[in-house]
This record gives sequence, C-alpha cells and structure tokens, in this order.
Amino acid sequence: MNRDTLLHIIRFIVLVLIQVFILNHINFLGYLNPYIYVIFILMAPININKGLFLVISFMLGLIIDMFGDSGGVHAAACTVIAFFRPVALRSVFGLSYEFQTVKLSNVGFGERFAYVILMVLTHHIVLFSLEIFNFSHILLIIKKTLFSSLFTIVITMLVLVLFRRNDS
Amino acid sequence: MQQIINFLIKNKRFLLFLLLLCIALIFTIQSHSYHRSKFVSSTNFLSGALYSWQHSVSDYFGLKKENQRLLEENENLRNQLSALGVDSVATKYLDTLSFDKPYTFTKARVIKNDYSKIDNYILINKGEKDSIVPDMGVITDKGIIGIIENTSKNYSRVISILNSNSRINAGLKKSNQYGSLIWNGKDPNIVQLETIPRQAILREGDTIITHGRSTIFPKGIGIGTIASYKLNQNKSYYLIDVKLFNDMSDIGFVYTIKSRDIEEIKSLEN
Repeated sequence: MNRDTLLHIIRFIVLVLIQVFILNHINFLGYLNPYIYVIFILMAPININKGLFLVISFMLGLIIDMFGDSGGVHAAACTVIAFFRPVALRSVFGLSYEFQTVKLSNVGFGERFAYVILMVLTHHIVLFSLEIFNFSHILLIIKKTLFSSLFTIVITMLVLVLFRRNDS
Repeated sequence: MQQIINFLIKNKRFLLFLLLLCIALIFTIQSHSYHRSKFVSSTNFLSGALYSWQHSVSDYFGLKKENQRLLEENENLRNQLSALGVDSVATKYLDTLSFDKPYTFTKARVIKNDYSKIDNYILINKGEKDSIVPDMGVITDKGIIGIIENTSKNYSRVISILNSNSRINAGLKKSNQYGSLIWNGKDPNIVQLETIPRQAILREGDTIITHGRSTIFPKGIGIGTIASYKLNQNKSYYLIDVKLFNDMSDIGFVYTIKSRDIEEIKSLEN
C-alpha cells in the first residue's frame, strides 16, 4: 500500500468522524448543516478505477446514513456524484482532464471553484429531494438545497485552501 | 447471446451505478414508511458505541441544568405525594405483588437527538437487554418524546414526535375530544393536532394531553399548549398548532413506558 492510498483512507475516516460528530449538530439558523464529507469524492485520484470508486462512494454515503438515521439519501446522492464526476471534470478542466494531468491542488481558483459548485449542487439537490420526498414541499427543497450548498461550498473551499499539499 | 454479454461489459459501470442507486433508493423509501426502516439504523454496535462515547464526554457540560431539572421534578413529585397523603404511602406493605402496576417506567439516556430534519430519530442507551421492545412510549418529566421503533441489544431508536411518519393520539385536557398529533416539518417547537371536531370549545393556552386510547401512553401525559387554531377548509375539523412543553433540542434523560396489559388488550383486539 503506497502513501497516497493511505492518505485517502485516513481522509475518508477523518471526514466521516468530523461530519458525524461535529457538522451534523451545527443546525445553523435551525436547519443548515454543511456536508463536507463530499471532499473525499472531490479529491479522489483522477485515475481511480471507476467501478471501485462508485462502490466506495456508496459505502461512504451509507455510513453517513447509518449515523444520521436517514435511510439511504446520502448513499444515493454520493453514488450520483461519483458517477457524474468524470462529466463534471471534463466540462470544467477540458483537455487537461483527457490527458489525466489534472491535480486539484494546482489548478486555478476559478476552475476549482466551478468544479466544487457543480459537484456540491448536484449532491445537495439529490440529497434534499430524497430526504423530503414530497413534491408539495418543493420550495422547502429548493431553499434547503441553496442555503446548504452555499454553506458547504464555502467550508469546502476553505478546507481545500487550508489543507493544500505543497509538494507534488 | 454474444451481443447481450458485449452490452453488459460495455455498460458495466452504468449498470453498477443503477444497482447502487436502486439499493439506496430502496433504503430511502423504506425509511419513509413507518416501522420498516430496520436495515440502516444507528442502533448497530459501531455507531451506538461511538455515540455513547461521544455523549460520555459531552455529558459533563449539561450537569448543572440536568440537576436543576431533576430538582424541579422532585419538587413536583413530592407535591403529588403530599396530595395523596404521605401516611397511606408510607404504611403501604410492599411485596412483589404491590410492585405490579399498570405502567412500568424505565429511565434511559439520550445519546443522539435530531430535530432539524423532516424525519427525526432519537437514540437511547437502553435496548433488548433492558426489555425494551418496539411500540413502547417515551416521555420526559415534562411531556411526550416519541415511540420506540427499533431495538438492538444495547440501544433503541425512538421515532420522535418531530417525524413526518409519527401519529399519536392526543386530545384536550378539559374535554374528551381527541385527534391525531402530526408534524409538518417546519418548527421544532410546534406540532399540529388534526381532526378535533368543530364542536370542541378551544382557547389559546389550553393544555393538550395524551388520551390513553392506545396502549402506548397512559392517559394524561402532557404534550403542550394551544398556540393557535383554525378550522379546516370544509369547516368540519380544527387544525391546531400545539406549542410543546419539551424543548426537543435539549433532551437529556427520558423514561420509557411499558404497559402491563398490552398483550391482553392486543389479543382482545385481534
């Protein structure tokens, strides 16, 4: 097992623990929680085996669900963004993704920001649609999606900046 | 045949995606129907143990408030005791038979509590080992909390009254009209009481209590007071907003209620 794999495993565990024990209890303004565990999916290596990646993302979501008693909503949302990650990467980074030379730690701020927004918004739309599961509450779904996404995106960008690796 | 296999191989990632998504959707749909979300639940040993470990750390910060609450409850119980006449209680002969009462209360500690989602659950640190079974009521000294939904060896999950699947019989304290208590998912301090007939005479501030029409809660456990009320569209029922006695975001200890006669009543009903 090389050093990178170990790093990803540690990141997985740390993110789950932080999400479950701290961030699920923030309830900013009564109902807003940031879901920063998606950073694992955002930061996964570009050239990872895609089947394996889908399964890992599903397990990540399921663990969050288990702790939060939320059925399978996080699992569904994680599976969806894991599946659409190549599409998001291609549309944001274009050619440099095709040649697999992208490193999230050394792309420009604008591109990284666009990528995070795309992924987090998709994740939150799926998450809150399934959590509320009622089209008569569509306004509530939109409200929760927008505000939570904002919260998640800000914290995700902060984390990405703060824990940037300077080597590579 | 060759083509089918080729198709499967070519689309294996998409098929895997569909499979995982279907599993997740099944869990989701199960979690939206009462009493069926058994599979993915925080009562398992890992999350239960982690939560109770976390709680044992954060417990110390609430000790002062918890003490105050217990003192108030003690005061309340002492007043009730003196109203009954202390002598008759003190001279009562206690043997194993006199402990047999219609309802048995067991204390438990809340180790996880949600109130910001649409379907909220509470995790408590008593389980099958302490003879907790599904469909037992859960209360605090102030009022009701919810109903046990799912148990494991050491932990149980309570379906909170702040859950869109929860329906509890409740009624007015001053008359016998009753309806069902639901939650619309908006304010964790306000729940809704439906189907109180329009003949009922209501005033803001009236007390709402459990009604004892099921085996889950005994009659007369407090729920809240009427915050506002209006008639429904065809003017046959009242829709009442009830302000809860409990602060659902701040629950420390709870009591589970076991009814002695539950099996007898159930066998009569079937």
